[in-house]
Amino acid sequence: MRTSTRRSHRLMALAAVAALTTGLLAGCASDSDDGSSNSNDSGGNAKGKTTLTIGTFGVFGYKQAGLYDDYMKQHPDITIKENVTTRTDVYWPKVLTRLQAGSGTDDIQAIEVGNITEAVQTQAQKFVDLGKDVDKSQWLDWKNAQATTKDGKLIGLGTDIGPMAICYRKDLFKKAGLETDRTKLAEQWKGDWAKYVDLGKQYMKKAPSGTKFVDSASSVYNAALGGESQTYYDKDGNVVWDKSAGVKKSWNVAMSVATSNMSAKLKQFDKPWDQGFANASFATVACPAWMIGYIEQKSGDSGKGNWDVAAAPTAANWGGSFIGVPTAGKHQKEAVALAKWLTAPEQQAKVFAKQASFPSTPAAYSSLKPATETTSYFSDAPITQIFSDSAKTIPSQFHGAKDQPIGTAITDVGILQVEQKGKTPAQGWDAAGKEIKDVLGQ
Amino acid sequence: MTSSKQALADPASSAEAASGSQPGAARGARGRGTPAQGPDSWRSRFYRWDMKASPYVFIAPFFIIFGAFSLIPLLYTAWYSLHNVQLSALDHQTWAGLDNYRNLLSSDFFWNALKNTFTIGVLATVPQLMAALWLAHLLNYHLRGSTVWRVVMLTPYATSVAAATLVFTLLYSWDGGMVNWFLDFFGIDAINWRESDVGSQFAVSSIVIWRWTGYNALIYLAAMQAIPSDLYESAAIDGANRWQQFLHVTVPQLRPTILFTVVVSTIGATQLFGEPLLFGGVSGSKGGSEHQYQTLGLYMYDQGWIIGNLGKASAIAWSMFLILLIVAVINLLLTRRLRKSQ
Repeated sequence: MRTSTRRSHRLMALAAVAALTTGLLAGCASDSDDGSSNSNDSGGNAKGKTTLTIGTFGVFGYKQAGLYDDYMKQHPDITIKENVTTRTDVYWPKVLTRLQAGSGTDDIQAIEVGNITEAVQTQAQKFVDLGKDVDKSQWLDWKNAQATTKDGKLIGLGTDIGPMAICYRKDLFKKAGLETDRTKLAEQWKGDWAKYVDLGKQYMKKAPSGTKFVDSASSVYNAALGGESQTYYDKDGNVVWDKSAGVKKSWNVAMSVATSNMSAKLKQFDKPWDQGFANASFATVACPAWMIGYIEQKSGDSGKGNWDVAAAPTAANWGGSFIGVPTAGKHQKEAVALAKWLTAPEQQAKVFAKQASFPSTPAAYSSLKPATETTSYFSDAPITQIFSDSAKTIPSQFHGAKDQPIGTAITDVGILQVEQKGKTPAQGWDAAGKEIKDVLGQ
Repeated sequence: MTSSKQALADPASSAEAASGSQPGAARGARGRGTPAQGPDSWRSRFYRWDMKASPYVFIAPFFIIFGAFSLIPLLYTAWYSLHNVQLSALDHQTWAGLDNYRNLLSSDFFWNALKNTFTIGVLATVPQLMAALWLAHLLNYHLRGSTVWRVVMLTPYATSVAAATLVFTLLYSWDGGMVNWFLDFFGIDAINWRESDVGSQFAVSSIVIWRWTGYNALIYLAAMQAIPSDLYESAAIDGANRWQQFLHVTVPQLRPTILFTVVVSTIGATQLFGEPLLFGGVSGSKGGSEHQYQTLGLYMYDQGWIIGNLGKASAIAWSMFLILLIVAVINLLLTRRLRKSQ
């Protein structure tokens, strides 16, 4: 009898192992299900449904503007799936590893402007050359240039750009006894960010209690730098951050903010920054087009009609993205067609109407119409006009592979030490320099 | 339980009993009653094979998974750490020898991260274990609704790191955070919890303490309940009050358990990553503008995934592994000494 119980135990154990193994195998099978059905589709099976995936970070607005639904209606054989990774710093390393593994990429991958140079310089052979398929003249020249390799290959199509304006709270300006008319304000700081800082000093003299002039010194730095032609790299691809006139100038402006009391000392995209919008704890914020939607969302009802938009001191660009088609994708032809369609002027205009992400295709500018809620939220400011004017005069900039980490070192180490830890500007500059050396592996 | 234990123990004992002869054959002979005749019969060969192979098949899933997800990555990381590898060009590796390690030893950021890992580890572990011990002691008394208290203690542990850290980040935000608001009642000026050196480390530690104290308390509680009550009775007869009982009966009896929690907490502290990363917000991998709460885990993440220097990141990973080995050896020596002294 003992033996039989032992045998039944062993049988049970075997059964358990078998069940587990089949479970694992089944898991694998269902995992690769998408892939296999995809490959069948491209071979043209009976149903003929092709699933295209698009990998994005943050809010691209395609889904929100109903573009996927439109496209699927026009192309009944295509299904579109969006894979969103919220944070760029998580998204980009993931894309890089998948590109090099040659598998796991989406059919279309979004690329942030801070990463586009790295993509152009190191990943060009992993992307389909889109130059032949599109009419390049649709896009702003500098936007195309950012995604073009030395031998003329276009690896990404421009989506939005970030032309600069200043968003300000009319109600707080009024209490502080400042000008509230947007054209007159723009006149007051026109041409120089230092004039904007001067106005900040004036604001602080009679500032409504609990409010500051600007959210952070870093945002002023980024906004000012976006208008300089020379930033961290020269046109030969050498790192020149410590000699760059643009960086010096923007740094000095940021320092005059950081060492005064006009900054709310927040860190952008942190939760407390969001709360700052909700509680109206700062009166102005450097406002690339994509910030419009953000402000509307975070300030909520209390900000309605209190926010206004004025032209920035200098024409500048901050942010913006591209979408590219990896060669590892299974449906390159379909993906190129979709990418082309998504970035065409009409579609970019639709995204602007929903999300206020500004088009990189000038042909769209004449037909731009922001949503009526947005215009009334921003005191009926002519935001289309303001952003188009800025977009047309943005200087072209040279970018490099490590733009993003160098920028982070300056804002989140250098400027932050001065702003929040009371270090001197010289100490902040040295700390940023040390960090950048680490970034560049020197 | 007993039957399955028997079944597990049985093959070994039968093998021992039949030592000298072939265990498979012996077992087949016993098990089948009338065994297949002759050593060459397929049945006996199958049983022999079965006897030898089955145990390996049973343990194989663990070792396959361990190999695929632990051992191979571990070795691959060691290989990477001897090369210059960029995240953007994984197929262009150049031999670097020990350069990455030399680079680390001369890097201020590495030593800073090591120091932070240690100080945050101490700040988090010591109060945490002491509080856990005290809480367990309180819970060990007969309380009304003791299950409720125990469940409540374990809830922080069930919270996700991300959720806990995000809430703590709001509490500690220097402008309008609840902690500073509370300090204001006592006339203490607002502290910039994220950028001050000690303040930020304290803040990160407090998240760890909040999450793990209850967990450790339950381990202590389980061990405490195994202490025979007559020890307490005789101590009480000798006139020891509760504090003295705690000090002279509970703590010595719990020594092995305490050692276990110390080891586990030390390993956890060395790998600290999620809390400081999320506490730092958008550029959390830097661990503050002066790297004041950048732990080794964060430094590795920053080098590998933000800066893209995978060779150096691998070197950091292996340094962490070596540090953990050293910690383990120290713990082992301490345990031995403790056992000898008992």
